[in-house]
Amino acid sequence: MNESSSAIAAPLARLVEEFYKLPGIGPKSAQRLAYYLLRMPPAEAQALAAAIIEVKERVVLCSICQNVTEADPCRVCSDVTRDRTVICVVEEPLDILAIERTHAFRGLHHVLHGTISPMDGIGPEDLKIRELLERFRGDDVREVILATNPNLEGEATAMYLTRLITPLGIKLTRLARGLPAGGDIEYADDDTLTRALEGRQEVQQDGADGRES
Amino acid sequence: MLTLMTPSMGKLDAKARGVRKTTSRMSGHLQPFNRCMLQLAQGRMADVVAGCDTLESFQPLRDDLDRLSEAVYVAELTDRMLPERAPNYQSYRLLLDTLRRLKESDQHGTTLRFFEMRLLGEGGYRPELDQCVGCGKEIEADKHFFAPRGGGVVCPACAPDSGGARSLSLNAIKVLRQLQREPYNKNARLQIDAALAQELERHLRSYIVCVLERDVNSAAFIDQLRRESQLTPAEV
Repeated sequence: MNESSSAIAAPLARLVEEFYKLPGIGPKSAQRLAYYLLRMPPAEAQALAAAIIEVKERVVLCSICQNVTEADPCRVCSDVTRDRTVICVVEEPLDILAIERTHAFRGLHHVLHGTISPMDGIGPEDLKIRELLERFRGDDVREVILATNPNLEGEATAMYLTRLITPLGIKLTRLARGLPAGGDIEYADDDTLTRALEGRQEVQQDGADGRES
Repeated sequence: MLTLMTPSMGKLDAKARGVRKTTSRMSGHLQPFNRCMLQLAQGRMADVVAGCDTLESFQPLRDDLDRLSEAVYVAELTDRMLPERAPNYQSYRLLLDTLRRLKESDQHGTTLRFFEMRLLGEGGYRPELDQCVGCGKEIEADKHFFAPRGGGVVCPACAPDSGGARSLSLNAIKVLRQLQREPYNKNARLQIDAALAQELERHLRSYIVCVLERDVNSAAFIDQLRRESQLTPAEV
């Protein structure tokens, strides 16, 4: 951003500059945020600053699953009611939030903090893969769910992990892919449709005779 | 933001809106390496993909880790070596043919070396393989050196002054010339042993790195996969 204007006070310009660094924040948004902060009561601005500092100081990575947490090990890894034989591997901490919201998974997690992206120079050594392999030595792990995104980098990561983990004799599963809810068969691409057909599930009758669906 | 290679408009960037949503109709079609019929709308800041339909899927390239790493390499080189919006049907054709070859066959060494050599040519970096880049003499059939920074071969006399010149075997120079001059189907029949393949890869790689003034990121992943396939799981 240009520094041409002496019309803007230096501290304000610096704040705009800092906001501009954040993802999804363009020059106009950065300015709006900075000017909004000016009008905020000092106590609120302090609270924001303190929250930022606190996050950087107190939030760490869980030494077991690499999720962001205040306590180490994190709440999930410390939870004795969880199924320790299953580990669900995801790309980012936000993916864990999404999975936990479903209440459908009672195993443990592992966060890679990225994906293999050869073009960007991000390789396996840049992810938390070694830490994942460490976990197989300790706990009795029977299944690893590969829950990376169904895009090129996510698939590459899943395939790489498959190569690494298959020789260890642990069952490897991948989240189902296919038609999304609200999707349209007419517009679907060949590969998605093929996968949906291949992954078809038997349906059971529900209803009158009391059988479960 | 997508990078596209087109037959008539060269390389261009376009925005694809909403493709990360699960309800997106386009996201499956717009996967990397697919050949699609696209409708582009001219936007203020960038062109936008208004519609798309897959003409040729390259799913086998995405389903196999080795093929994937090589396809990404091909894509990265194409992106780095060609300027934007410079119509070049030959480059488009080269990319398409190379991806098809990666999809259909198992032996990829010649495919990749051919691609590299031809892309260098299309990008304006055709290496000189006949005359010494130092003194202009025709290269003799005894000792050859390849000097990336000089842009081609050097004779024994000029080699010490060409920083980075490394020796080039007789077979290597023959193959390099053939890659440069002959169509693919002639090159596909070449029998190249492991040592020669390695030498060719090394020379072309060093030349590409010199031309681009940086490493090719995806090459490192190819190397890593190759290294790891030779180790036992415990050693990885």
